[in-house]
Amino acid sequence: MLIRRAPDIKESEVTDESLYLNRRQFIRTATGAGIGLAATASPLLACTGEPRLEAGSEGPQEEKLTPFEDVTTYNNFYEFGTGKDDPAQNAHSLMTRPWTVTVEGECNKPGAYDIEDILARYPAEERVYRLRCVEAWSMVIPWLGFPLSKFIADLEPTSNARFVEFKTLFDPEQMPGQRRRILDWPYVEGLRMDEAMHPLTILSTGLYGKELLNQNGAPLRLVVPWKYGFKSIKSIVSMRFVRQQPLNTWAISAPNEYGFYSNVNPEVDHPRWSQARERRIGEFRRRPTLMFNGYADQVAQLYAGMDLRKNF
Amino acid sequence: MRDRRKLTERSVRIAVFVLALVPLALLAGDALTDGLGTNPIENITHRTGWWTLTFLMLTLAVTPIRQLTGIGWLIKLRRMLGLYAFFYASLHFAIYIGIDQFFAFEYIIEDIMDRPYITVGFAGLVLMVPLALTSTKKMIKRLGGKRWNRLHKAVYLVAALGVFHFLWLVKADMREPTIFGLILVALLAYRLVAERLRLARVRSNMPEVSAARRSRRSAAAESRAGAS
Repeated sequence: MLIRRAPDIKESEVTDESLYLNRRQFIRTATGAGIGLAATASPLLACTGEPRLEAGSEGPQEEKLTPFEDVTTYNNFYEFGTGKDDPAQNAHSLMTRPWTVTVEGECNKPGAYDIEDILARYPAEERVYRLRCVEAWSMVIPWLGFPLSKFIADLEPTSNARFVEFKTLFDPEQMPGQRRRILDWPYVEGLRMDEAMHPLTILSTGLYGKELLNQNGAPLRLVVPWKYGFKSIKSIVSMRFVRQQPLNTWAISAPNEYGFYSNVNPEVDHPRWSQARERRIGEFRRRPTLMFNGYADQVAQLYAGMDLRKNF
Repeated sequence: MRDRRKLTERSVRIAVFVLALVPLALLAGDALTDGLGTNPIENITHRTGWWTLTFLMLTLAVTPIRQLTGIGWLIKLRRMLGLYAFFYASLHFAIYIGIDQFFAFEYIIEDIMDRPYITVGFAGLVLMVPLALTSTKKMIKRLGGKRWNRLHKAVYLVAALGVFHFLWLVKADMREPTIFGLILVALLAYRLVAERLRLARVRSNMPEVSAARRSRRSAAAESRAGAS
């Protein structure tokens, strides 16, 4: 299983990135010089993880971390342009300090929460998750973050709170992609309360042991690993506890193509393309897509009895 | 004078032939220098598709440009540009089959049958085959100009299928496929207007010509009469 529970890895144990990026050469020289691999392997494995085996329909498959370079230059973040390399090129204009997250709606602790206070209060832990984009490509990313459930618990939602709605910053000055109405800005996403409280759901503040880069949704973003990537809203400025199911941006844009749930599901195709397989970034052949992106054991019960074809 | 024109014609043809290979050279260069980015297969698929549409538009632009500039020999570029469109389309398709899908024919067939954007793209490619096959001088002669012309009008359909192929695959940003669509509409509109104007001119000119002839004739007769 890919998920890592909290104290699985400490940040101090994470291999330095330069060392990590040169790991192959490191191993080569280490073995070449006759140094026993056993001595060097443990810190390396702490970060890359031993090759994990995943049972798919085409047999076991290895899971390797997607290189930092790819995770930070191949992004869908339409606020900075619709090209995959646009966010990395344009996101420098985003100012992530000062930054506040406004909490409203059905809860006892509404207010404006400063990002520094959030970061100080909720220590980051590492979670290695698969990310499956609705466009049928995928990555494996070592996120830093904390469970959304911890934050929500402190906000004390009332019994009226059935959903949480999130919003991304709207500021065309900082986010040049918002100068065109390609989507209905600001970007909105939402989760059912039980999805939001699920231990796999995190608010991420970093990746690869570092602070989030702007193109990855700095300073604070959602990560819901069993749903298509667009559910994991970036650069969050607002959270609202609501009774009604929120209308999320992509569902507004194309209601027959993108639903509220958007759980990764190889059996329910996008109306225009297949979701049965995906291209893992860095791999040549497509691999089968796993139900709930491989997290079915943890999350399938959330949707027991639901028609996933209807609630796509 | 005539030799000089022939020389320009020849050099332009060679230049276009070489220029049309530049996108392929750049692609190969990027492939060899690890420059295709994070998703190389998507990169080469999109690029060859983009150039197919561009060459289709260039092919269709030849006649309007020729008529507007009066440079008649430009027509000789049309076949080359059309064949390049077919070349990039074939490359695009080969990448999809051999690299993207890695010959997984059960998925390829499902794609072609069930995914409208792939269905129309495939239809466009299939339609290009007879056009490419009949592009030789021999085939033009064999078919006869009229029939050949009628067959090759299908290039408009090919271009329209190509534009829909692009339009139906993008998620929200329709700008690029829309631009291709507008270019195609403009080229079609030009042709319809030009055709109508030509017909109108032919019709209205006929009586005019004869009237002019008549008046010239009568003037001549008058002058003859005056002389006598």
